[in-house]
Amino acid sequence: MKVKNGCAMCESKFSGYNDEHRVLKPLIRKNGNLVKASMKEAVEKAAKILAEANYPILYGWSSTSCEATRVGLELTEEVGGVIDNTAVVCHGPSLLSVQELGIPSCTLGQIRHRADLIIYWGSDPWSAHPRHIERYTAFSDGRFERSMWRGYLNKVKALIGRKKVESALRRLSLKKETEGSSASKSKVCPTISKVGRKLIVIDVRRTKTAEMADYFIQVEPNKDYELLQAFRTLIRDQEIDVDEVAGVPIEYLEEVADAMVRCSFGALFFGLGLTMSKGKLRNIDAALSLMRDLNMCTKFIIMPMRGHFNVTGANTVSTWQSGYPYAVDFSLGYPRYNPGETTVVDILLRKESDAALVVASDPVASFPRKAVEHLVENPLVVIDPHMNATAQMADVVFPSAFVGIEAEGTAYRMDHVPLPLKRVVAAPSGVLQDEEILWRILSKVRKIKKTEKTEEL
Amino acid sequence: MKENAKLKVTLVTGRTIDQGVGKERGKASKEYAESVSVCYLDPDDLRRLGIKENTNVLVSTEHGTIVVKALKSLRAPHPNIIFIPYGPWANAVADPETNSIGMPSFKGIPAEIEPAADKLVLSLKELLKTQFGGRLTSQ
Repeated sequence: MKVKNGCAMCESKFSGYNDEHRVLKPLIRKNGNLVKASMKEAVEKAAKILAEANYPILYGWSSTSCEATRVGLELTEEVGGVIDNTAVVCHGPSLLSVQELGIPSCTLGQIRHRADLIIYWGSDPWSAHPRHIERYTAFSDGRFERSMWRGYLNKVKALIGRKKVESALRRLSLKKETEGSSASKSKVCPTISKVGRKLIVIDVRRTKTAEMADYFIQVEPNKDYELLQAFRTLIRDQEIDVDEVAGVPIEYLEEVADAMVRCSFGALFFGLGLTMSKGKLRNIDAALSLMRDLNMCTKFIIMPMRGHFNVTGANTVSTWQSGYPYAVDFSLGYPRYNPGETTVVDILLRKESDAALVVASDPVASFPRKAVEHLVENPLVVIDPHMNATAQMADVVFPSAFVGIEAEGTAYRMDHVPLPLKRVVAAPSGVLQDEEILWRILSKVRKIKKTEKTEEL
Repeated sequence: MKENAKLKVTLVTGRTIDQGVGKERGKASKEYAESVSVCYLDPDDLRRLGIKENTNVLVSTEHGTIVVKALKSLRAPHPNIIFIPYGPWANAVADPETNSIGMPSFKGIPAEIEPAADKLVLSLKELLKTQFGGRLTSQ
């Protein structure tokens, strides 16, 4: 089997989808070990865990279809629990800021065709979204903007040539210059003076994406808020009294602010560098306010670089069903939303939940250790194709089909465009789709609750 | 060689392409463990610690300690900033403080790093057992 046009992660997923890490039969923990069980037995055990729990959490949802998430919401309502998705540890702060300030956005196609200035802030697409730059931004060919790829190749060739010349001159002892390896800044501030698309990267390290950029700003960790506000000041033509902000000399910031104001259509993509460092949602507040300021003089959009392939879908389904994008608490019989109180990480840190269902995610690997302690101390049901870290700690494990490989479904792209995912191969025998497994658990939960009510009467 | 060298650094956790490829292969895979039980250091910081790359180091924060393998960062210069890819090893030392919005503090954590050539990097199974007790599957 060969994978064409996929990034490295896609290739890994498609070529390894049926290897030794796959769960093929339902598993139940008995006497400390996970042993094979029938689907009926596993459904009964999982339904009993959720029906009897006082405050269960149903988490994940970001690597499965919208159709499965819809069932998940119904199940959460039935058991009076909390449904949360991976946005809580990803772009949850961005959602909070967007709820306060709004967001100017567009589809990725618009950026490919029109954007002449691309900025990646706290995001390294080369590592996390490998084909983003060549499909939608700097290295894509659009109707009104050309790809920067040739220019980048020429720059790399020129750099290699220059290094060879410098090396030769050093050998001939005509030039005595030490190799630059320290963090010393150039005395002359470089300018962004090129025609065509420009790529600017702002990060705490010179990432691979930064190496491709026309301009790179190295910001000190936890100082993004100051830098964003400095840009807002410059764009409003106000003066800054200090020589540097967040470790960056003002001349560099003036260069970037100038490029932002002079562009015809700018796009700012931001990642977890803003949502996870000091300030969190306040960093996004500043970025969205920067967009508002820039849209006074030009056209600028902003877009969060989402992580899991259907986290946008999980947020969308949750919003249209409950009114809220994540952290929805149904324990009082109606949806309540209060991040900090109803977010799953906080619930675990306060040790309030007493059972969990984890679907299409791996919180044992992604949550801080203190939050995971409470998750694994209580009954845990997992629905996942792989024996991941969470499945290894579970009481019940359901094997499920990969959406987009073995199961159809709808997923939302990071720009909110819904995409129908196809089924390419059949799932292994006995392995069901997430949606089907959830329906079976929900039906069983309803039977259990009906029996309980009848017994009470 | 500075045997007891200890550096005060800022810990940043994040994605790498190897971590992404490893997680799609499966979190129980050797590729995943090798991609995330590492720590990227600026070459100058490696020199100050007195170690070469591929030596084990002990990273400590207020929230825990973890032994990972030190690798030379190709993203230098970033003195006093260390980078551990997302995963259970990074989460052993990450800050769970959510500032009442649900998001733990995964980046910009004050940390200390010191050489630990005599200590071993745990496998995923061993790490889960050490942190959460004996609930692991026998599979």
